[in-house]
Amino acid sequence: MAVNYNDKPLLKVEGLKQHFPISKNYTVKAVEGVSFEIYPGETYGLVGESGSGKSTIGRSIIRLYNPTEGKVTFNDVDISGKLGKSDKKMLRTQMQMIFQDPMSSLNPRKKVGDIIGEGLDIHHTYKDRADRDRQIKAILAKVGLAPEHISRYPHQFSGGQRQRVGIARALIMNPKLIIADECISALDVSIQAQVVNLMKDIQQETGAAYLFIAHDLSMVKYISDRIGVLHLGHLLETGTTDEIFSNPIHPYTKSLLSAIPEPNPILEKNRVSETYDYKTSGIDYNKGTEHLVSGSHYVKCTDEEFEAWV
Amino acid sequence: MNEDFILDICDLDISFKTTAGNVHAIRGINIDLEKGETVAIVGESGSGKSVTMKAAMGILAKNATVNSGTIEFKYENAEGKQIVDILKKDKRWIRKHINGKRIAMVFQDPMTSLDPTMTIGKQLMEGLLWHFKMSKEEARQKSISLLKEVGIQDAEKRMKQYPHQLSGGMRQRVVIAIALSCDPDLLICDEPTTALDVTIQAKIIELIKKVQNERGISVIYITHDLGVVAKVADYVNVMYAGKIVEKGKINEIFYDPRHPYTWGLLSAMPDLNTDDPRLYTIPGSPPNLLNEKPGDAFAPRNQYALNIDDKLDPPMFKVTETHYAATWLLDERAPKVEMPKELKERLERMKKEAAEYGSEL
Repeated sequence: MAVNYNDKPLLKVEGLKQHFPISKNYTVKAVEGVSFEIYPGETYGLVGESGSGKSTIGRSIIRLYNPTEGKVTFNDVDISGKLGKSDKKMLRTQMQMIFQDPMSSLNPRKKVGDIIGEGLDIHHTYKDRADRDRQIKAILAKVGLAPEHISRYPHQFSGGQRQRVGIARALIMNPKLIIADECISALDVSIQAQVVNLMKDIQQETGAAYLFIAHDLSMVKYISDRIGVLHLGHLLETGTTDEIFSNPIHPYTKSLLSAIPEPNPILEKNRVSETYDYKTSGIDYNKGTEHLVSGSHYVKCTDEEFEAWV
Repeated sequence: MNEDFILDICDLDISFKTTAGNVHAIRGINIDLEKGETVAIVGESGSGKSVTMKAAMGILAKNATVNSGTIEFKYENAEGKQIVDILKKDKRWIRKHINGKRIAMVFQDPMTSLDPTMTIGKQLMEGLLWHFKMSKEEARQKSISLLKEVGIQDAEKRMKQYPHQLSGGMRQRVVIAIALSCDPDLLICDEPTTALDVTIQAKIIELIKKVQNERGISVIYITHDLGVVAKVADYVNVMYAGKIVEKGKINEIFYDPRHPYTWGLLSAMPDLNTDDPRLYTIPGSPPNLLNEKPGDAFAPRNQYALNIDDKLDPPMFKVTETHYAATWLLDERAPKVEMPKELKERLERMKKEAAEYGSEL
């Protein structure tokens, strides 16, 4: 689906900070001033190593955490502060999340039908029992499961099927934005491809936008329209997939890209991946500001660094 | 049989007794490994990769039965060359002579394979004290040098720390150091980088390669990541439902795959140049080995399946001296079947990229 970038962005994150106070003298600064936008129907990929704050961003946006600072606008509503009743309802229906491990994110004591229908139950969006079942079965069919699966328990499914249940649970509220937090990392290669295709189909059909959080860069490249590279809570580089992959500016992005092993033995055996160490690189992320490279390609660095890299 | 072999798994067949019935997890596997070589075993979860290696270590679960087969391991001790069949030895003997000392294993998740209540140093020294009856001071010195070998700075300080004080990549380095502590001849890496990030993954793989070159040991990689395989392996075994469906030299598997399952695996993983609107998928999911059906286990998911696939399991067909594949498509009576177009284009692209490094194919 073509994304219209002249539209108003669906989600706008400005200077988001998320700090976790551990003790009087020590605060974990998980996210340090991150800004990006997601347009309707777009897939935005967030990549970075573990501990870089990518999952935290997803959780702050959907308000599993209360953001320390910054502004998050979703659907023209500011959702970073205290939420009113109607705003909360809008946020809880229009934004949904798919989690990494389907085994631990599905309640083992609930039937799949009840897991998927929980959102419907809470928001009372059905007329009667039959209507509820009809809606659940329609969603099951959409994610490639059979109607009789409605009365089964999560342990009766395989990993790929379970993740389909997770997707169905997100879809039932007809969300405008789905946050997919490492949703394919726990799956096998052949199953990963099935789930990714399913997510693409759903996007075609419903026009939902994705915030796709992952560390598998080849998958991110495949599914995303735009990408943001995250390290130590700073959004170092963002741009369209092409801009990032064909012209990486930041040394961290370069090292990340060069670390992806490609299934090509002769190439792989001759290639040495670039290394990057924040401590010895002499770069201070806190001093960096956003610099425009071209189009929608931004990199966070100081003026001198920008001169040197471009 | 080659003279230089170190491990030779022959017709291995294992089943597990479960409450639901007998699960036939391994159905006749042959793997041999020479000194200094790297073999990769690739397959989906549940295909039997880990079970095979656990059998070689003599650490199978209690409900496992070995129906047939031998696992021969060759090593040298004071009395000269020894060849033992690991399956015939009792657990105590294996513990004393093989595990950790001659065959060492690196597991997937370093957080669960390290003991959270013991310091790094204590865990490193454990094997040394046990196998070699070293004095504590000697063991300590050796442990520190091992930590340095795997690239951990200020090793002395780290010796006193606990696993939770280290990062994921650092922990995996410690696990590798422990595996190397008793100078094993064979290192088995069971998904060593699956739990790690790409950047750290690259470093750990490079570390294992470096250690292998320096020490001349053999390595078996168990993984489902074909990118990792491409980086490390000399030989590749593709496993599906407890059987090896294709085996060969790395270049043969990647540039000239013959089995439809290998085609599927290669196509399902997007490389950085993939821009087809849809990813190729292998339809369905792996079979349940509880209810065995006659014929090729891959047939229900195989769009190239022939009639005979439902009746008879294909034997290994020879492609070249080193390259074998178990698919009826290679039988001379079979119709000519081409691999999917997208894969063919991709292989051409891969060969072109490879040619830039001046290698002949």
